[in-house]
Amino acid sequence: MAESPNGATSADPRKIVKPVAQGEPILQVRGLVKHFPITQGILFQKKIGAVKAVDGVTFDLMKGETLGLVGESGCGKSTVARLLMNLESITAGSVLYKGDDLAKLSGRALKAVRRNIQMVFQDPYTSLNPRMTVADIIGEPYDIHPEVAPRGDRKRRVQELLELVGLNPEHINRYPHQFSGGQRQRIGIARGLALNPEIIIADEPVSALDVSVQAQVVNLLEKLQNELGLSYLFIAHDLSVVRHISDRVAVMYLGRIAEIGTDAQIYDHPTHPYTQALLSAVPVPDPDGREHRERIILTGDVPSPANPPSGCRFRTRCWKAQDICAEQEPLLEIRKGLSGLGAHDSACHFAEEKDIVGAA
Amino acid sequence: MPDMNKQQREQLPTRSDEQPQSAIELPGMLLADEEGTTLEKRGAYSAPDARGPQDKPRGAWAEAWRELRNSPSFYVSGVLLLFLVFMAIFPGVFTNIDPRHCPILDTNQDPSGDHWFGTNVQGCDVYARTVYGARASIIVGVATTALIVVIGGLIGALSGYFGGWLDTILARITDIFFGIPLLLAALVFMSSVKDRTVWTVVAALGVFGWMQIARIMRGSVITVKKSDYVVAARALGAGTPRILGRHVLPNAIAPVIVVATISLGTFIATEATLSFLGIGLPPTEISWGADISSATTALRDSPYQLIFPSIFLSVTVFSFILLGDAVRDALDPKLR
Repeated sequence: MAESPNGATSADPRKIVKPVAQGEPILQVRGLVKHFPITQGILFQKKIGAVKAVDGVTFDLMKGETLGLVGESGCGKSTVARLLMNLESITAGSVLYKGDDLAKLSGRALKAVRRNIQMVFQDPYTSLNPRMTVADIIGEPYDIHPEVAPRGDRKRRVQELLELVGLNPEHINRYPHQFSGGQRQRIGIARGLALNPEIIIADEPVSALDVSVQAQVVNLLEKLQNELGLSYLFIAHDLSVVRHISDRVAVMYLGRIAEIGTDAQIYDHPTHPYTQALLSAVPVPDPDGREHRERIILTGDVPSPANPPSGCRFRTRCWKAQDICAEQEPLLEIRKGLSGLGAHDSACHFAEEKDIVGAA
Repeated sequence: MPDMNKQQREQLPTRSDEQPQSAIELPGMLLADEEGTTLEKRGAYSAPDARGPQDKPRGAWAEAWRELRNSPSFYVSGVLLLFLVFMAIFPGVFTNIDPRHCPILDTNQDPSGDHWFGTNVQGCDVYARTVYGARASIIVGVATTALIVVIGGLIGALSGYFGGWLDTILARITDIFFGIPLLLAALVFMSSVKDRTVWTVVAALGVFGWMQIARIMRGSVITVKKSDYVVAARALGAGTPRILGRHVLPNAIAPVIVVATISLGTFIATEATLSFLGIGLPPTEISWGADISSATTALRDSPYQLIFPSIFLSVTVFSFILLGDAVRDALDPKLR
């Protein structure tokens, strides 16, 4: 990856024009916890345990930035998205949108706040109701929040949205199955934009798409961000897509954030062993670079989130693990002895820079 | 197939949306690709649209309708049913003979020019009675099916959508009703009411016949409610009535329609059984079941009065089941 033209992020023109947003956080997530109870019994259910899907996640989403959230399947990425969308109840912790705690709001106030946080779904084949036309799908947000657009204005609005996402505004009476995967995802994005939200939570928005179409959708998302000043929480497991779109990246492992920083910090100066292992698995297009780089191969499986290891979640698969890792949970903080781009939040007792991708 | 051409014609311009890009977007180049793919440059949708104004949007229901029109069994059952329904509504078109005019001297006659299907033991014209008997059967079939779709659909949708204790209770109630044989329950029900009319038969069959629909609806709703578009609607802030009415039910109803159409025929047969047993419609009403019942006494001397209403009954039940099959194939090809 380091051999690709914009491997050195500082030389990337886009990143100079649009620096990492330093503004105020628009969404503050503090100690977010979601435990799914494991129950036994049919009528009188007894709780016998809990799947700790998300277990103390803290991050800020700044205004106008894209925060990438990466991690392997089952690490709790999508649960974070569902919690932020209020699709699941929060077990503990808080989600502050401009200072309002979403977990404490209800009724009309919640509905008003929710308008500002919208979602783009992973699978464009299942996220659009097959029995509704495009006009109905994109216009539905206006039926639910009638204060956003007067009734007579809606058709024009829907057509504007279609145009905005690069679809033919004349196609409003078509049904989803008449569109290709990429076009369907554009419809999904248009639906998310209908209420003029400030935050878009994109849960693996391109992983169900053809590689040839992925870049189009990612570029559309970037274009929309520039035009509309959106903030994105971009969830994915494809590290190169995340790097492409993100200003900052958070790496999740087993319900917790392992490491968080700007994309240059995470990709070029990873300090958490898990991040290093993840990055070493990214395919390298250049055969020379491939020969010189080091592959970190993790052994074992991800432990069950119903019974996570004590202390550091990653210690069971970590080559640096010591006794302290089992006893003391590593906090997400900047470790001593790290400098430059390596100095960013990392939840490892032995955080240490290791150049993975630029090893050549 | 002319329809295929139509489909292809539609898809061509839309595909071209994404083609100018694909050549440069190999996986490894994803990162390098920064400027080349902005939408303005692509002119994505400005490609000439080959669709004519005559091209109407095709929803899933329209697709199903198109599928139905390609199905021979739909035409066979449709023609038969149109004929039977017309007969039920306008029996006078088919015969001038009053089915209640029964000269006892004409008892048990074989088919002739005057009496096409012969006469029964009381001397009534079997053809006229068969024509007039269609009405009771069709009403019982259609009304009972409507009733079970409402009862079963409501119970199934509620228990499937809300789950939890409501589901537990409703599922147990469904199981209890499943344990009661339809015919036995209807017999008890009918013998306990004073005035037996078509509508009491409908009530008896409806109250004890909704369970299968409820189960199918429940399963179907559970499948649909987990789908992403329902989650998407909830994320938008949609309330329960909207989610149920706009998203869940339209997508969950197809298997219910299929089963309802097929069971329509069985309700007609059950009504005939009840009338045959003498506990269905009263003797003053004309129904195939009652006529078949009274014909059994004269089976050896004059079998025609049994055969003709039986044929009509069988053809009606058969037509509805055939229609159900065609509807199933059209709505849910996976069930085939």
